[in-house]
Amino acid sequence: MNLSALAMQPEIFLAWTSIIKTLVIVFGIVLPIVSLTVFAERKVCAFIQDRVGPNRVGLPTTILGFKKDIRLLGLGQMIADPIKLLLKENFIPNSVNKFYYYIAPKLAMIPALLVLAVLPFGPNVFFGDIKVPLMVANVDIGILWVFAISSLGVYGIVLAGWASNSKYPFLGGIRSSSQMISYELALGLSVIPVFLIVGTLNMQEIVVWQRENGWMVAPFWPKGFSLEQLLHGDFAAIGASFAAGFSVQRLLIWVPMLISFIVFLIAMFAETNRVPFDLPEAEQELVGGYHTEYSSMGFALFFLGEYAAMAAGSGVIVTLFLGGWSLPFIPDGSATSFFGIPFIPAWGASLLWGLIGMTIFLAKIAAMLFLFIWVRWTLPRFRYDQLMKLGWYFFFELALVNIFITALILALVKF
Amino acid sequence: MEVALFWIFAALMLGFGAAVIFLKSPVSSALSLVVSFLGLAALFLLLDAFFIGIIQVLVYAGAVMVLFLFIIMLLDLKTERARKINLPAMIGGLMVVVGFVALLVKLLPSFDIAKPALARPVNDVASVGMLLFSDYNLPFQVIGVLLLVATVGVVLLSRKELK
Amino acid sequence: MTLTLGHFLLVSGLLFALGLAGVMLRRNIIVIFMCLEMMLNAANLSLVAFSRFRPPIDGMPDYNAQILVFFIITVAAAEVAVGLAIIVALFRAKQTVHVEDLNSLKF
Repeated sequence: MNLSALAMQPEIFLAWTSIIKTLVIVFGIVLPIVSLTVFAERKVCAFIQDRVGPNRVGLPTTILGFKKDIRLLGLGQMIADPIKLLLKENFIPNSVNKFYYYIAPKLAMIPALLVLAVLPFGPNVFFGDIKVPLMVANVDIGILWVFAISSLGVYGIVLAGWASNSKYPFLGGIRSSSQMISYELALGLSVIPVFLIVGTLNMQEIVVWQRENGWMVAPFWPKGFSLEQLLHGDFAAIGASFAAGFSVQRLLIWVPMLISFIVFLIAMFAETNRVPFDLPEAEQELVGGYHTEYSSMGFALFFLGEYAAMAAGSGVIVTLFLGGWSLPFIPDGSATSFFGIPFIPAWGASLLWGLIGMTIFLAKIAAMLFLFIWVRWTLPRFRYDQLMKLGWYFFFELALVNIFITALILALVKF
Repeated sequence: MEVALFWIFAALMLGFGAAVIFLKSPVSSALSLVVSFLGLAALFLLLDAFFIGIIQVLVYAGAVMVLFLFIIMLLDLKTERARKINLPAMIGGLMVVVGFVALLVKLLPSFDIAKPALARPVNDVASVGMLLFSDYNLPFQVIGVLLLVATVGVVLLSRKELK
Repeated sequence: MTLTLGHFLLVSGLLFALGLAGVMLRRNIIVIFMCLEMMLNAANLSLVAFSRFRPPIDGMPDYNAQILVFFIITVAAAEVAVGLAIIVALFRAKQTVHVEDLNSLKF
C-alpha cells in the first residue's frame, strides 16, 4: 500500500489531521494570542491611564549599522517580554518541596491549552466528500470536557502555594482554590439554559444552531440573510429576512439568555483569577500570591497560563453565547464559490470560507480579551468575604432560578 | 491502536494506584490517585462511555481529590513516621490480596468475549439522560435529597465546637 | 489481538486488589479513605465493561449499568464530603489521623 492511500484510511487520517490541528492551534494561534494579549494589556492600560505605553521595541537595526531603529509601534515588546523572563536566573528557594515546586507551573498551564481541544475554530471544511471540522476533537461531550479540564486547573495553583512552603503563597493558593471551586457552580449552572434550548452538548452543533437561529444574546436575527442579497442590493429580501427572524418567543427567551451570559462571564472572571476577583494574587495583601516564590520560567508559565486561560475562556464564551465562527451573511464551509467566483477544485472555496470563519472567531475572542483588560483597569478589587458571598448567595441562586425560568418558557411557548 | 492505548492507560492507572499505597507523603498519595483516576477515565472512553468518563474526571479528579488535598494541607499532615509493623495483620492482609488476584487470574479465561458491534454511533449523554429522567427518576430525586442531607451534615460536623 | 471483557476485568480486579492492599497496609486514615475510593472505582470499571460487552439492546450498550455507575459516583462524592468532615472533627479531638492511636473504643 502506498503512503497516500495509507494516510487516507479513516483512523490514520483522523490521527494526522488532529496532530496538525493541535500544533497549528497551540503554536500558530494561542501562543501568539497570549503574547499579543500581554502587549495589549500594557497598551490598553496605558491608554486608560492616559500614558503612551510601550512604543520603543521594534527591529534593532542599529546593530547592523543603521542610524535608526524601526519601532513598529512597540510590537517588538511581544517578543522582548518572554525573552526577558527566560533569561532571568531561575532561583529556587531552599525551603521548597523541589518536585512539586517544579511541576506546579506546568500543571497551571496545561489545562488552559487542553480546553482548546473542543473549541470549534471554524466551520466544517469539505475536501471532496471528506469532512474536516476546524477543531481538534468534535465530540458529543464538548462543554463537559471544558468543565472537567478547567476543574483540574486548581492543582497547579494549590501545589504552587503548598510547595513554596511560605505563608503568602499558601494563603494565595487556598484563596484561589476555594474561589475556583465556588464559582465553578455558577459557571456550570449558568450554561444549562443554553443546552435546554439547543438540545446538544456538542460545541460545533451549538454554533451551527446559533448560525441558523441567532446568537444566544441577540434576539433580532436575520433568517436566511445571505451574501447574494447584500451583493445585489436586494433591500426587500433583506427586510423580509429580518422580519422572518423576529418572533415573540425569541424576545421571551432573551431574558434568561442574558442572565446566563452575564453570570457565565462574571464566573469566568473569577475562574481565571482576573480583577475584580484577583484575590489569589492581590499584590497589596499577598505580595504575589501563589507565585511569590517563583522566578524566571516558573513565573512565566504562571503568567502566560493566566492569559492562555483567559483566551480559552473567551473562546468558550464566544462559542456558547456569541455565535462562534458565524456571522449573519457569511456562508459556512459547504459553499462552493467565493463571492460568485467558482473555484476549480471546489475545496478551495470551502477552505477559504473556513479560514474566514476562523478569522471571525479570533476577532470575537480579541473583543472578549479587550473586555477582560478593560475591566481590569477600571474596577477595584472585591474583599474576600464579598467575593464568597457574591458567589454563593447571589450568582449560584441566580443561575439556578434561571434554569427554571428557561424551562418554564420552553414548556409554555413553542420555540 | 486500541489495544496499545488500553495497555498504556491501564499501566498508568495501576502504576499510580500502587504509588498511592507505597508513597509515604499523603500529598504524593493524593496526587498519584488523581493520575490513576485520569487513567481510569481514559479506560471509560475506550469502553465508549464518554459521559461516565468525563464525570469521573469532573467529580473525582476535579472535586473529590481537591477536597482530599485541601484537608491534607489543612491538617498539615507530614510524612507518616515509621511504626513497628504489625506482622500478623500485614501477612493476613497480603494473603487476602494474593488470594483475590489468584482467583481473578483463574476465572479470567471464561470472560473471553469480544466487543459486540453497535448499530449506530454512541450518543451516550442522551441515552443516559433519557434513562435517568424516565426509568430512574425516583432514585435520581432521592440522590438529590441525599446530597442535601450530606451537605447539611458536613456543615454541622465542621462547626468549631459540637454542641 | 482485540480487547476482550477479560482485559478490563483483569485491570479492574488489580485496581481493587491495590485498594484492598492499601486499606490493609496503610495506617493513615486519609490514605485508607483514598484506597476505599480506589476500590469503588474498580467496581465502576467492571460495571461499565459489562455494559459495553454484553449483547447490545436495540443495537446499543446496556445503559442501566452506566446509570448505576452515575449513582455510585454521586453517593461516593457525598460519602467523601461527610467522611472528611468526620476526619477533621476527629483530628480536632485527638490531634492524630493514625488509626492505631484511635483506640478509645478498644478494650
